[in-house]
Amino acid sequence: MLRLEGIGKRFGGLTALQGIGFTVAKGSITGIIGPNGAGKTTLFNIATGIYPPSEGKVLFEETDISQFPPERRAQLGVVRTFQNIELFGKMTVLENVMVGLHTQSSSGLFACSLRMPWQMKEERRIREKAKEWLEFAGITDLADVEAGTLPFGKGRLLEIARAMALEPKLLLMDEPAAGLNSRETAELAELIKRIRDHGVTVALVEHDMDLVMDICDALVVLNLGTMLAEGTPREIQENQAVITAYLGEE
Amino acid sequence: MKSDKLKFLVFCLVVFALPLPLSTGYLTNVLIFVGINSMLALGLNLLLGYAGQISLGQAAFFGLGAYGSGVLTTQYAFDPWLSMVLVALVVAGFAFAIGFPVLRLKGHYLAMATLGVGVIAHIAFNETVDLTGGPSGLSGIPNLSIGSFSFDSDLKNYYLVWSFALAVILLSLNLVNSRYGRALRAIHDSEVAARVMGVNARLMKVQVFTLSALISAIAGSLYCHVMTFISPTSFGFNISVELLTMVVIGGLGSVYGSILGALLLTLLPELLRTFQDYDIVVYGLLLVCMTIYLPGGMVRGIPALLRRLVPARSGNA
Repeated sequence: MLRLEGIGKRFGGLTALQGIGFTVAKGSITGIIGPNGAGKTTLFNIATGIYPPSEGKVLFEETDISQFPPERRAQLGVVRTFQNIELFGKMTVLENVMVGLHTQSSSGLFACSLRMPWQMKEERRIREKAKEWLEFAGITDLADVEAGTLPFGKGRLLEIARAMALEPKLLLMDEPAAGLNSRETAELAELIKRIRDHGVTVALVEHDMDLVMDICDALVVLNLGTMLAEGTPREIQENQAVITAYLGEE
Repeated sequence: MKSDKLKFLVFCLVVFALPLPLSTGYLTNVLIFVGINSMLALGLNLLLGYAGQISLGQAAFFGLGAYGSGVLTTQYAFDPWLSMVLVALVVAGFAFAIGFPVLRLKGHYLAMATLGVGVIAHIAFNETVDLTGGPSGLSGIPNLSIGSFSFDSDLKNYYLVWSFALAVILLSLNLVNSRYGRALRAIHDSEVAARVMGVNARLMKVQVFTLSALISAIAGSLYCHVMTFISPTSFGFNISVELLTMVVIGGLGSVYGSILGALLLTLLPELLRTFQDYDIVVYGLLLVCMTIYLPGGMVRGIPALLRRLVPARSGNA
């Protein structure tokens, strides 16, 4: 589904990533883990088009999308969530999800300002569909709340509902459990599994090892900007290099 | 949705009935400018209040509209309606072209770049004396007319201008309550998240910039035909600041707020004639006070203020 080939990224003289290459298999939940400063978020930003790689390629369904801007990737079906939650704070929860349906609607400036009949019909469809996604994430009761006032955990759920509204093929989640308590994390794990069962491939960066070991089918370990290991959760848990990177030498 | 329609209808009725009890032409005349300023403020509000992109060059588009129509009808004997359409399209095309480089900038830099556009246009109006008459202005611009019916009185012009203003208000209301308007507000709140949602932020910003220029140009054409005389002072930097003040005072991201802002800021100089030369200082003070005490603008701030006061009073009783 998503293949990274020889990805490198330099910020000025600093090499943040070097020689990263792995594949996210269709239908899987792939975890990207590593100690702080390993380059996980940088890798994510490259995969989602926030900035281009210095070298290497990002391939999505065999198309080279390395230079595509985020909106074009979104149209292809690559969508992400953010570590610190990027909601549209002054809009309601429902409106946030309605923006997520932007790529599945087409009325332009003129149709919207002239309120054409087909635009009205599309608007109703967007509203209904958005409500379904709120239900999927279990936040229907918050539909009319201003998104900026949501508690962190609910904001996370909204961000996921909004991302799912695009009906992505690949959902990339940057530390989805960050800032959540243990009950919310357990609910999140269930939600991510439901997203996978919905036919969406998931890749996530995460620090919470219990969560990662619980839900991921495959893991990629980064350390100091390079690939350290790749394998199933069990293999990774027994990998000596990984243990050393996390816990230090004995 | 139903209440929105009702609100607009009531507003139309008020606009229609307002000049009827006014016997003096003076107030009607002022209300014509409220209409023109409403269009200008609304154009800016779509850009600033919804998409979150500042422009300090709105007076340039207003002036290009006015001078375009003025020059074409006086020097080249064009039909006023035809020239209005032509000028609006050319100004929109110009805005679209400069929109791509200019709107790559953000915040202060965007303010500076649009300010530059405004200043250049103002200099052009002053210096191209052969075409525009320079600082002494351009006179003898014909009134608009339909067949033999000429818009030659204040009352007729009032209805003419407000027909355009109401159309702009209706189209704006439709736009902001749609998929397109939501995407604009999304860009305002978080551009990166909007792009990740598949919103082509760069293109939409340029489109709305173009739309605001188009509205300003039409307002400019109307202005020149209503006034029959124009001079560069009507299209200077202080006009851009005045428009910004209208939008902020009325309420960023509120269509009716822009109308309220236009009304207040058009009446204010009439009431404060003694301040004439210091008007820009008064606007500056107003802007500062508004952003500190009523950051949501009047349309949101005053109801909120009332809500705070009313329970307090019942609490005392």
